Amino acid sequence: MAAIALSASRRSFVMRYPSVVIFIGVLALFTLGVTILAEGFGIGVISTSFVKTLGKTLCLCLVALAMDLVWGYCGILSLGHMAFFGIGGYAIGMWLMYARTEIIVRESLAAAPLPPTPQEISDGIAGQIFGVVGASEFPPIWAFAHSLPLQLAAVVLVPGLIALVFGWLAFRSRVTGVYLSILTQAMTLALSLYLFQNDSGLRGNNGLSGLQNLPGLSDVPQSTISILFFWASALALGLGYVICAWMVSGKFGSVIRAIRDDEARVRFLGYSVEAYKLFIFTFTAVIAGIAGALYYPQAGIINPAEIAPIASIYLAVWVAIGGRGRLYGAVIGAAFVSLLSTWFTGGQAPDINLGFYTVQWVDWWTILLGLSFVAVTLFAPRGIGGLFDLISERRHPDRNGASLGPDPGALREKEADQ
Amino acid sequence: MSTLLEVSGVSVSFDGFKAINNLTFQINDAEMRAVIGPNGAGKTTFMDIITGKTRPDSGSVLWGEKSVSLLSMSESRIAQEGIGRKFQRPTVFEDQSVADNLMLALKKERGPLSVLGFRPSTTDGEKVVDLAEQIGLATALHRKSGELSHGQKQWLEIGMLLAQEPRLLLVDEPAAGMTPAEREHTTELLVEAAKTRAVVVVEHDMEFVRRLGCKVTVLHEGSVLAEGSLDHVTSDEKVIEVYLGR
Repeated sequence: MAAIALSASRRSFVMRYPSVVIFIGVLALFTLGVTILAEGFGIGVISTSFVKTLGKTLCLCLVALAMDLVWGYCGILSLGHMAFFGIGGYAIGMWLMYARTEIIVRESLAAAPLPPTPQEISDGIAGQIFGVVGASEFPPIWAFAHSLPLQLAAVVLVPGLIALVFGWLAFRSRVTGVYLSILTQAMTLALSLYLFQNDSGLRGNNGLSGLQNLPGLSDVPQSTISILFFWASALALGLGYVICAWMVSGKFGSVIRAIRDDEARVRFLGYSVEAYKLFIFTFTAVIAGIAGALYYPQAGIINPAEIAPIASIYLAVWVAIGGRGRLYGAVIGAAFVSLLSTWFTGGQAPDINLGFYTVQWVDWWTILLGLSFVAVTLFAPRGIGGLFDLISERRHPDRNGASLGPDPGALREKEADQ
Repeated sequence: MSTLLEVSGVSVSFDGFKAINNLTFQINDAEMRAVIGPNGAGKTTFMDIITGKTRPDSGSVLWGEKSVSLLSMSESRIAQEGIGRKFQRPTVFEDQSVADNLMLALKKERGPLSVLGFRPSTTDGEKVVDLAEQIGLATALHRKSGELSHGQKQWLEIGMLLAQEPRLLLVDEPAAGMTPAEREHTTELLVEAAKTRAVVVVEHDMEFVRRLGCKVTVLHEGSVLAEGSLDHVTSDEKVIEVYLGR
């Protein structure tokens, strides 16, 4: 009996979670395929802009993974994770803009008879960046913008710290369920409204732009840069998937799922529910920040509208459609819905002429998305990922230990698994 | 015998209603105690106070040899101190297997980081199997606990309590909704547990209390009405009046 009970835990991580191997395999094949077909190093069948779309999609998959961990596994319906994503984007965007503008300013001042002073250079950069909002000095928030390592640290630290403080306040007061969702949404709204102001120090509604031009790499064509970012995004997604799968596979996953299902009971087992929630909330905020930092150099522009609550709601919709509570479900949902959204809103979907009315998908896509969200919630709560259950149920029917054969001496299900 | 838990002069009121009124209660190591009382006597509130779910308005709750106060501790901290609680309604994690449920309850470090790095050892696995055998669920280890019958869920919850290795077990109506045979098994489990630790059983069913064969505390309107053997309290005039309704 003991041998049977233990066999499940003794088998290696990979053996117990074949979906991780399958996922990494599919991701590697996909990356290889895109690399061969793209312009950068391959035969150039798919355009650079489409490579960027695919790279961005991988980043969205990564943030969906974070959302699944916090919502699907831990039961915290956060409507603020796209804000962390945006903060990551802003953090890297500040360095990109600063460093590139610095090169331009230095070039223009090089022609002057006297070599420029550091103050002149700084003023020049500030004028270039903030002219659009009528300012000419660096706000304090840009203090580290000259340094790539510091801004990279900010990608991780700023979302992490905000999540830590916000989560500490919210979880300590035992705010749960829909109230927590509203609170996270309010935080997101406040942040985006703040950033919309011209004196926020981040160029108001203009946001940060030209992020696709990497400083010092102006000679490298976008086709190459796009494929490099695509690789980085794929690597981040692969790593994120393995780490998340490892986290949810063991006892930790067991605890957070228990918190989702009955947090009072978990408390009486001696687990500090608040500490776990805070850990997951902060960890996923950091993942979201990293995903955003990879996304926005591919998008080229970030503005406060990207942080608005609707973005975080979309994120929840992706995860729900893909199937929450399973990591590959979140990835499938994000990839499927965001690519479909690009197709519909990009004007490529053919309009449907009903005679009396023409359905234009650019307008009707959100309605279709809303209806499918309702349909998934009502009729297929396991989402697209639930389809994989049909396959595994066919291969391993659940016999609850019943005999596999007709006679009493036949192997039983658990034995057959060994 | 040393006093394990000492509740003295505790009162709590909800919107003016005195749920617990100057309650005093003591239990020793390795003692079994049944708490009975009519509905609204404050039995569940009494457990809520000990486990930290409800803060009393006045009084003290002291724990262990060092007589530390439980009143300033969080629920999870109190559970780590060694107080386990079983709820009236069986609450197991239905989405997870019997083995996972037991592993979750097993006495181990409870912090997020140590849990993150935790991988069950051979001894942990054996402990889980032993517990499963004790509660009669050895063949159901890999079943989802949501599939279990009502009685089996109750046992699983008792098994989870035992896995916590608490020094004090608080059990709320363990025999509710059980068949006679299941009750028998539950009684055995509790009597066995009380050999090594303190057990407080809240129960309505007199027959079940009789089988436990332990000291009985009768609660009424938030305070102790009588205490002693079952025969002693059932012959008490006041108890007959308020509880047995004769």
